Amino acid sequence: MSDAPYIRQWLVAHAAAWRGVVQRVAALRMQRNATVDEALGAVEAYRGLARDLATARRVAPNSRMTSGLESLYGHLHGVINRRPRGGMAALRVLFADEIPRAAYELRARIASMGLLMALSALAGWWLVTTFPTLISLFASDDMIEHVEQGHLWTEGIINVMPSSILSIGILANNIVVSILAFCAGIFLALGTLYLIAMNGLMLGAAFAFVHQHGLARALFEFIAAHGPVELSVICIAGAMGVALGESIIRPTLESRRDSFQACAHRIAPLLLLCALLLVGCGFIEGFVSPDPRFPMVSRITIGAAYWLIMWILMSGRLFRVHARR
Amino acid sequence: MTDQISVESVTGVDLTLQIAGPGTRSYAFVIDWHIRLLLAGAWLLIAYYVFDIALTVKSAAGFLSILPATIVYFLYHPILEVALRGSTPGKRMAGVRIVSRDGGPPGTSALLIRNIFRLIDSLPAAYMLGLVCCFVTANRVRVGDMAAGTLLVLDNAAAERSLQRIEALATGSQLSLDALELVDQVLERWDSLESASRIQIARTLLRRLDPGADAGALDALADANLRAMLQAHLNSNTAAAHV
Repeated sequence: MSDAPYIRQWLVAHAAAWRGVVQRVAALRMQRNATVDEALGAVEAYRGLARDLATARRVAPNSRMTSGLESLYGHLHGVINRRPRGGMAALRVLFADEIPRAAYELRARIASMGLLMALSALAGWWLVTTFPTLISLFASDDMIEHVEQGHLWTEGIINVMPSSILSIGILANNIVVSILAFCAGIFLALGTLYLIAMNGLMLGAAFAFVHQHGLARALFEFIAAHGPVELSVICIAGAMGVALGESIIRPTLESRRDSFQACAHRIAPLLLLCALLLVGCGFIEGFVSPDPRFPMVSRITIGAAYWLIMWILMSGRLFRVHARR
Repeated sequence: MTDQISVESVTGVDLTLQIAGPGTRSYAFVIDWHIRLLLAGAWLLIAYYVFDIALTVKSAAGFLSILPATIVYFLYHPILEVALRGSTPGKRMAGVRIVSRDGGPPGTSALLIRNIFRLIDSLPAAYMLGLVCCFVTANRVRVGDMAAGTLLVLDNAAAERSLQRIEALATGSQLSLDALELVDQVLERWDSLESASRIQIARTLLRRLDPGADAGALDALADANLRAMLQAHLNSNTAAAHV
C-alpha cells in the first residue's frame, strides 16, 4: 500500500508549525537582542524542525517540501549560532588580551624583521655609496633632481597640499603597505620578506644619497617624528606575514588550511592596532614632519613618545589597569 | 551538480549547505561591483556638475569630493558584510550568503580578514587568483575565505516560501506529494516552456494521473485545455497516485 496519503497528511499536520518557525526566524533575524523566552522558543523550534527534516529527508528526499525545510533549518541554525555583538566589552578584550597575546607570540619575528630591515638599509647605503648611479633604481627622477639642487623632495610640500589631505593620502598608502606585508605572507612568507627587504634598501639608499648632498640631517629631521612608529609598524606587519607563511610551511593543526586560518584569526587583531597607529603616523607626517616651525627636539620627543605609546598599547597594560579599576 | 557540505548540529540532524560555485560567486560580485561603481560615480558627478568642484587631489575641495567616492568603492564590501552579517545587495540578488564553517553567521573579525585578503585574491588582475582558487579548492573558496574560515553558500529563500504554497496545495488536493509538486512545477513554468514541449509534458502527466482517460481525446486537446485540466487535477479531491 502506498504511503503517499500519509505523507500528505503529515505535511498538512506540521505545516502550521513550520509557518510559525518561518515567522519566528524572520523576527529574530531583524532583532539585535532576544529575550530568554525567545531564545528558548527558538531552540525548541530548532529541535522540532530537526525531527521534521529528518522525516522529510526519508519519506520525500527530493521534494520541494524537503528543500524548504532544509533552508528553514539552515536559517534557524544561523540565528541560534549567531555570535553576540560585543560592544565595549569586546573592544576591551581586544586591546587588553588579544592584541598583547598576538604581539607576544610574534616578538621574535618582529625582532627578526627589524634586523632584516636594518641589514637591508645598510646594504642600500653601501650600494648607493659605492655605486652612486644606482639611486635611480630606488628614487624617482623628480626626487633625485630635488636633492641634486640641494633641497629635499619633502620641502614646501604643505604649500602644495593642505596637511589634512596630505595626512589622509599618507595614512592610506601606509595602511595598504602594511596590509600587503601581512597578506604577502601567504606566498610562503617570501612576499613579506621581499617587501621588508625592499623597504630597508630604499631607506638606506635614500639616506646615502641625501648624505652625499649634505641633506642627511634634513631627512632625519623629517622622519624623526613619524618614522619610528611607521617603520616599526611595517616590521610588525612583516612579522605577521612571516607567521602566516610559517603556518603554511609548518602547520600546527591537522591541515595546512586549518593552521593558516587559525594563525590569521590569532594575529589579525594586531593588524587593527597597526592600522590605528598608522592613522596617527599619517597625521604626524602631514602636520608635524613637513612643518619647519617644529624644532628637532620636538620632533624627536614626539617620535619617541609615540613609539612608547605603541609599545604600551601592544603590551595591553593600559587596558588591564583600567579593567582592574 | 551542486557541491554541498554537511555541518554537524547538536540535534543530531546534520545541516546541509549548498556551496556556491565560481559562476554564482562571480555573478554576485559583478552586481556588487556595478552598485559601488554607480554610487561612487554618482557622487563624483554630483560634485562635478552640481557643486562645480574640479576633481583633482591637488585641491582640498577636489580631494574631499574624491575621498567619499573612494571610501564607497573600496570599503563597500567590508562595511556592508559586517552590517548585514555576511550579505550584500549583490549576494542577496544572486541568492548567496557568507557563513562560517559551523554554518552560523560569520563574526566581524572573520569578515574583516576575508576582505583584507581581497588584496591577494585580486592579483594579478580582475580577481584572477581568487577565481582560480574557487575552481581548484574543495569548497570553492578564495584565499580570503580560507583565511577567515568562511564559505559562500546558496541561500534558497524561494524554497522556504514554497513551503506555504505546498501546504495550501496539499490541503486542497488529494494528489500524492510527488504528483502535486510535479503538476505545480509544470503549471508554474507553463509560460516559460515551449508550446510543443508543454503539450507533450501535460499529456504524459494527464495519462498517468488518469489512466482511464481516452488517449485520443487527450491528443485532441489544445494547449489551454491541457493547462485547465492539470489545474483541475491540482484542486481535485480525487486520489491519483500514479505519477
